[in-house]
Amino acid sequence: MKKRKYRKCSHENIGWFYILPWIIGFLIFKAYPFASSLFYSFTNYNLFKGFSSFGLMNYKKIFETKKIMNSYAVTFKYAFMTVPLKLIVALFIAYILNFKIKGVNFFRTAYYIPSILGGSVAIAVLWKAIFKDDGIVNTLLGYMGIQQQSWLSSRTNALFVICLLRIWQFGSAMVIFLAALKGVPKDLYEAASIDGAGKWKQFFNITVPLITPVIFYNLVTQLCQAFQEFNGPYIITQGGPRESTTLISLLIYNNAFKSYEMGLASAQAWILFIIIMTFTVLAFISEKKWVFYSDDETR
Amino acid sequence: MTKNVKNYINTIFRYIVLIVVGIVMVYPLLWMIGAAFKTNTEIFTSIGIIPKNPTLSGFQKAFQGYGGDIDILKAMINTFKVVIPKVIFTIISAVLTAYGFSRFHFKGNRILFAILMSTLFLPQVVLNVPQFIMYNQFKWIDSPYYLALIIPSLFATDTYFVFMLVQFMHDIPRELEEASRIDGCNSLKTLWYVIVPMLKPAVVSCALFQFMWSSNDFMGPLLYVNTPARYPASIFVKMSMDADTGFEWNRILAVSLISIIPSLIVFFLAQDSFVEGISAGGVKG
Repeated sequence: MKKRKYRKCSHENIGWFYILPWIIGFLIFKAYPFASSLFYSFTNYNLFKGFSSFGLMNYKKIFETKKIMNSYAVTFKYAFMTVPLKLIVALFIAYILNFKIKGVNFFRTAYYIPSILGGSVAIAVLWKAIFKDDGIVNTLLGYMGIQQQSWLSSRTNALFVICLLRIWQFGSAMVIFLAALKGVPKDLYEAASIDGAGKWKQFFNITVPLITPVIFYNLVTQLCQAFQEFNGPYIITQGGPRESTTLISLLIYNNAFKSYEMGLASAQAWILFIIIMTFTVLAFISEKKWVFYSDDETR
Repeated sequence: MTKNVKNYINTIFRYIVLIVVGIVMVYPLLWMIGAAFKTNTEIFTSIGIIPKNPTLSGFQKAFQGYGGDIDILKAMINTFKVVIPKVIFTIISAVLTAYGFSRFHFKGNRILFAILMSTLFLPQVVLNVPQFIMYNQFKWIDSPYYLALIIPSLFATDTYFVFMLVQFMHDIPRELEEASRIDGCNSLKTLWYVIVPMLKPAVVSCALFQFMWSSNDFMGPLLYVNTPARYPASIFVKMSMDADTGFEWNRILAVSLISIIPSLIVFFLAQDSFVEGISAGGVKG
């Protein structure tokens, strides 16, 4: 009996062998860089010169430099425009697709392609062709007799164009919502409509509460991504005009890999990390207040 | 009767919304395909998709190289040199890790899995600088074998896939594994002959997502590939846009279009796997 227990135990320990690659990778490629970037953030580390001093100077510099603080502000603006709009559009379209719609698969494909291709440089290039001053959007506005706008060369519009690129990619969030909506029991709607609740009332009182776990999941992942957005502004606007689209990740890239001020870049990255963490933790804390897990779902 | 009318109006409203949004979604892509066949003077003067005077000059110029070192075909081959090993290594390492976590109750399983989950929320921005310094010491930067891009995938560093596979493994009944163990299979054989066949759909969606994400990856090659002859397609497209801005848009759009053809083919061949994969990862999470 004792021997069998021992053998069972050793069988369970084989698991270590399977997760060993991940442990090594975690230590080398995640944990060590994570810790050392915190260390670098307190130094004036330069790729070629190493570092000579240790202290809070990078953090001081960040809070004193208007350009850097502005960049955080732009990042907030970007994230708080992109994420809510993207999720609202995704949920609304998923809600419509969940009715008996002919050609659901066709529509789903059409909406999903931009998210699949959207991360590619090709799509960012396309976005530039669409929104440049003599681009296709202005040609279209001209046809309709509407005043043409400068999009990418205007400080007020450029950030919005960058946001639109990501909102246009609502497809993957929509697919997740659609799968969740399919799981809402039909009889709840029937009961509600017998009680005389209209479609909108049903949506806000039944659908939304039941899929809050998925809304929560989408919110957290999309926020994480939005705070780190890089490709869009780097390729389309290079941060311009006059720094109106210099998201913080762009500035971090320039500091780290153009001027090799890796200490400063690490400090900027750490502040961004703390911002992202704060929102993630806030989301998880507030989860208890608004996210509804049904009782029969035992996980 | 009024209720029927109302339903009818609602249905029409839904279709109108779906079609309008659908046009917004698809039009840019169709316009891009058309524009690659237009002359440079035509591209921005009309919003139509079908070219009036179709020309292949954009494509001809797209295949010309830059300084003889790199052209779009070479760049796409470079992309595959990164993407194919990366997909294979990711699948192997992620399946092994997921198997270890979901089937063995070793000491520390829960804590380590919690750590794994928390790395999902660890922003890459924080890791870029130290990773660059480290890869520089390893002499991985600008390696002809793209070591900086490929090697980490041997160690299940894209934990999203581990998480996804663990979700799928929970749904596979354990009875079969016990049977195979009684038949004398060791745990590795059990994984290969019992679990992997049942896990196939999940493995396929992981492979597809990794394929898409790594072909689209821009930041990685931007940091770790410096020699033009080694540029993957994502960097090449950006470079050709910078080189021609304002002049040869049919060439730029042709280059862009060629660069996404593999992704488009893969997407249309395996659409359902994408949808399944993303729904499973999201909903169960």
